[in-house]
Amino acid sequence: MNSFVFKRLLSVVPVVLVVLVTVFLLLHIGPGDPAAMIAGENATREQIEEIRQRLMLDRPLLEQLWLYLGNVASLNFGESVYSGFPVMSLILQRVEPTAILAIYTMVLSILISIPMGVWAAWRAGTTLDRALVIASVIGFSVPVFVIGYALVEIFALRLRWFPVQGYKSLADGFLACIRSLTLPAITLAFLFSALVARIARATMLEVLSEDYIRTARAKGARNRRVLIVHALKNIGVPVVTVIGTSFAALLGGVVITESVFNIPGMGRLTVDAILTRDYPVVQGVLISFSFVLIAINLLVDLSYALFDPRVRQ
Amino acid sequence: MSVASITAPGKRGPEWLTIPVCISLFFLLMILGMAVFGPMILGNGNELNPMMRLKPPSAEAWFGTDNLGRDIFARTVSGARNSVIVGVTTAALVLLVGGALGVIAGYFHWADMVLMRVADGLMAIPGILLAIALVSLLGGGLVTVIIAIAVPEIPRTARLLRSVVLSIRELPFVMASVSVGSATHKIILQHIVPNAIGALMVQATYVCAAAVLSEAALSFLGVGTPPDVPSWGNVVASGKDYFRLAPWIIAFPGIMLSILVLSINILGDQLRDQLDPRLTKRRP
Repeated sequence: MNSFVFKRLLSVVPVVLVVLVTVFLLLHIGPGDPAAMIAGENATREQIEEIRQRLMLDRPLLEQLWLYLGNVASLNFGESVYSGFPVMSLILQRVEPTAILAIYTMVLSILISIPMGVWAAWRAGTTLDRALVIASVIGFSVPVFVIGYALVEIFALRLRWFPVQGYKSLADGFLACIRSLTLPAITLAFLFSALVARIARATMLEVLSEDYIRTARAKGARNRRVLIVHALKNIGVPVVTVIGTSFAALLGGVVITESVFNIPGMGRLTVDAILTRDYPVVQGVLISFSFVLIAINLLVDLSYALFDPRVRQ
Repeated sequence: MSVASITAPGKRGPEWLTIPVCISLFFLLMILGMAVFGPMILGNGNELNPMMRLKPPSAEAWFGTDNLGRDIFARTVSGARNSVIVGVTTAALVLLVGGALGVIAGYFHWADMVLMRVADGLMAIPGILLAIALVSLLGGGLVTVIIAIAVPEIPRTARLLRSVVLSIRELPFVMASVSVGSATHKIILQHIVPNAIGALMVQATYVCAAAVLSEAALSFLGVGTPPDVPSWGNVVASGKDYFRLAPWIIAFPGIMLSILVLSINILGDQLRDQLDPRLTKRRP
């Protein structure tokens, strides 16, 4: 068990390094001088020179990389070119809505998709199963912003159940916050639960044809017991895996959803930074999102030990 | 079972030609027709008409007009071209680069380690964010958008191909070819690649669908296709600030996008079922 955990932890090192080097190199692959690019079109020669000095763009590339890695290791992502604030504090200001939205979506999707997938597999071949399969393909084919605007049109503008746009922070009260994020979370849950339900259904179908399910039925176990005690546990690994791999899609969706619903989260920070060419912020956000993704996938792998005793040995 | 395998009772004809497949093929042909002939017949819908601002759908403007009085019908029909070009080119690019890297990683152990670590790292960066960053750094334009969308997709395809190649190279006829001393490039081109084509084609449909969605997302966020080229993402973006007043600006291109991606995904599912006999047998 310990060696499994240790090996998995160790395997994070190269991934983190590749992420950092890629994000570092992003600034240098573009055509032209990075300092001039950051300074913008109307910058004077002195301003460009000043940025070059401040961001140490005049040093050799390898030295810059080394300095960059050192800074990131001490959680220093530099300062925003635009506002002058440290990138880290900008990110921390914006992390709350994004984190709550992501968690809310995850909870919602898991609550919807796993029962649906299991039920569809149990009733395989029926109309209900077909309806679910169709719903799932639609769920990951329709663009996030289309679902978002459709939900706003129906539930905010016509039925007035939820606010149209905007975000209420946790400081305004938990319920107000959840209410302001409900439509965005449902929007993202369409995509996310479609991906999870598909896998849940497919694995459940496989599990239900296993010998131990036949045995359980043969000894007279009730349907509910067969499903929950014998089958559900065995779809754990693939389902948790797809939750991990789809999390990247979820984070991408968060960026778009925040734009649709005008939520001041990390996604908006990214888009604003891109539009103002604030590259230290872009780099900081990319690294933060990637680290979250790496951590999630690490947790996913470690959770295998929960579902599958063979992993523990 | 996938959507594609839903059939009407008592129908005749080839087994793969199911109802969803027929509908998808119909829509794909329609969108292809729009992409080819739309801009020729309707122009690119950039004509401004201040007298016709934010008009709802009517006999004159079937899909309504936007805040500059541009005809949404013309822009939606002509916008098909951009989505089709981005989808197909990205899929081809990802297929070539990702496929080649996957074959190299799967066949040569020395390359496997390095390539797969780089792939892991790139896959750890959310794709759409990497694409946004790439577009903003490389500058706008169709080619940049295609490259930016392709880069995050390449590692996934390479990984898939690698696992396919790993299983093919253990098959007896490949072993036999190795043991009689065939040249490596011959083994790869004659045995490995033809047997990996199926998996590659299925992957291509998914990449194509994902690329169409990504292009729309980039354009929606304002970092995709240049604003003067009509693209579904651009049209939706132009309706962003007016969605309470003029929901039709978003609705029509949004529906077209959904139909295109849905059709590609359904055909991809059918192709996968067709090429993988194990899945078909397991079907209840």
